[in-house]
Amino acid sequence: MSSHGLLRPLSRRALLSGAAGATTLAAVSPFRSPAIAQNAPLKVGMMLPYTGTYAKLGQFIDDGFRLYVEQKGGKLGGRAISFVQVDDESKPEAATDNMNRLVGREKVDVVVGTVHSGVAMAMVKVARDTNTLLIIPNAGANDATGPACAPNIFRTSFSNWQTTFPMGKVMAERGIKNVVTITWRYTAGAEMIGAFAENFTKNGGKIVADLTVPFPEVEFQALITQIATLKPDAVFSFFAGGGAVKFVKDYAAAGLNKTIPLYGAGFLTDGTIEAQGEAANGIKTTLHYADNLDNAANVAFLKAFKAKTGKDGDIYAVQGYDGAALLDVGLTAVGGDFTARDKMIAAMGAAKIDSPRGPLSFNKAHNPIQNIYLREVRNGRNEMISVAQASVDDPARGCKIS
Amino acid sequence: MDLITVSVQLLNAVQYGTVLFLVASGLTLVFGILGVINLAHGAFYMLGAYLAYWIVLMTGSFVLAMLGGVLIAFIIGMLLETVFVRLLYGRDHLAQVLLSFGLILVIDEIRQLLFGKDVHAVAPPAWLSGSIQLTDNLSYPVYRLAICVFCLMVAAAIFFVITRTKIGMIVRAGAENREMARVLGIKFDRVNRYVFAVGIALAALGGIVIAPISTVFPGMGDGMLILSFVVVVLGGIGSVAGAAVGALLIGLTDTFGKVFFPSVSSILIYLLMAAVLVWRPSGILGRRDV
Repeated sequence: MSSHGLLRPLSRRALLSGAAGATTLAAVSPFRSPAIAQNAPLKVGMMLPYTGTYAKLGQFIDDGFRLYVEQKGGKLGGRAISFVQVDDESKPEAATDNMNRLVGREKVDVVVGTVHSGVAMAMVKVARDTNTLLIIPNAGANDATGPACAPNIFRTSFSNWQTTFPMGKVMAERGIKNVVTITWRYTAGAEMIGAFAENFTKNGGKIVADLTVPFPEVEFQALITQIATLKPDAVFSFFAGGGAVKFVKDYAAAGLNKTIPLYGAGFLTDGTIEAQGEAANGIKTTLHYADNLDNAANVAFLKAFKAKTGKDGDIYAVQGYDGAALLDVGLTAVGGDFTARDKMIAAMGAAKIDSPRGPLSFNKAHNPIQNIYLREVRNGRNEMISVAQASVDDPARGCKIS
Repeated sequence: MDLITVSVQLLNAVQYGTVLFLVASGLTLVFGILGVINLAHGAFYMLGAYLAYWIVLMTGSFVLAMLGGVLIAFIIGMLLETVFVRLLYGRDHLAQVLLSFGLILVIDEIRQLLFGKDVHAVAPPAWLSGSIQLTDNLSYPVYRLAICVFCLMVAAAIFFVITRTKIGMIVRAGAENREMARVLGIKFDRVNRYVFAVGIALAALGGIVIAPISTVFPGMGDGMLILSFVVVVLGGIGSVAGAAVGALLIGLTDTFGKVFFPSVSSILIYLLMAAVLVWRPSGILGRRDV
């Protein structure tokens, strides 16, 4: 008994030093060639909403990502890709568990996700703690490429700030003075409305009322009556998915679309336009994409996406597609050797992608630098009217990467 | 805020409340009479909306969607009662919660197989679309008015059946003192089956009428289930009249809360519930001994 007690600390120390030695050996070992490391497919964890109000958005991101991988013959940078799927259901409370499951149990190399900002921020935290490579294909939470930015975190979508900031100037220049804003009371809503208000008031506009409903509630009727009472020059709104469909239909059903023009972040009519039908006609939004962008990459993308899924590609599909393109740039730079992380991340940070949305590059916080387009809904399509602001770069307030 | 706006907001509150009543009355009937807590009630609400979407897609007729959707839900309710729910009478609440939670998962899976995961829109019937101009810039959708009228009619029918007919008498007897009623020769097997099926049909009907002004999406029943429980608890468990009062109160609280206290509107209905339960622990029209 006593000898056992004496031996234990010794053996533990021996074990520890042995383990440390083995780790060092493994790291510097000349026998560990990239060729062996490349044999196994690179495991990509897709953490997206496959059910719930954002289900369609998640599916399109997934389809877009897989389309790019298929176009490259199932390989990125010469490395085969395998997928693990997790449905995050847009539930922030389950986000950390889901992410830990991917990183811990499934041992994925890269995580791609997600749509909901609250879920994405929990993913960002785990990615920072475990140094997992994370590509965010939608969620626009400013903080992800702001105070919480990290070298291993990339975004192929947008920051909330980025999509609506240009609209402030556009609306002010159209002679609109008084605006009512309406959105869901959660991070994305506050940031989109905030960036719009920042630029709109700077250009002489006034926010008359700031209306909100809890996420993901879709009973807007009381607030729509309230808007009619306030009689603003225009309404600026952010909703997405099922909520956006309902809001736009309610707005039209109340007759407000004839008297008070509706503006919004592009998500109001993207991926939702078909279900909105005629109610969406005339709505103007800003986004980093438009359906009729006439560049070669977009034409080819829309054709390929239609052939694969039978559906019309949209910005969510593009963001997924570009997520795979970005990973491709990184893996190509290191010949598929995922262990050369620093070199790979440097290549991804410097990537210049010919995206269906137009030229796409990244700032130091790994947030996209891209054009923001002013679009109008005409006959069920988000048609580009003009470039609201070219090469918009998020200020990345609070990001410490230099 | 002028008189017209207040009236329109009142109308909003009543419209919201009447749909809530429709769904909650089914929940409270099943609980009050069969003593079964049915967590799958919201799932049937969702199923109703999907059935409406599907039937309108197939036939183009919203009236057919209403009739067909309610009928299908009623039949499903009969089958479920016969096969599963009857096992729950007299069992503890845990068994009921587990079975009905399982039902949620099954219904959701079937919904996914049949209708997929997309968000769908349902058009209201042509003769109910459009809106009525109230002031120069304020109009009210005709369909929402129609919902109000229709739900009030359904409510009146429910009250008539319960208070004025023999079936209602039997149902009330069952809720009041089941043993005594049984001794007097009432066969509850059939009554139970109809009560459960009617409860399910009411949930589905709620989903059907809401489909044209809501969107049809997976998970749409979750929020409705919680709200229905709030209504039932607020009004008094098992009391249909209580459900009506509760639904109207929730409609008013939610609507005016959103307008006047937007920042706390989401918790107002729970504050209301807490306040009512302190004042009357068994709900507004609940029996004292519950």
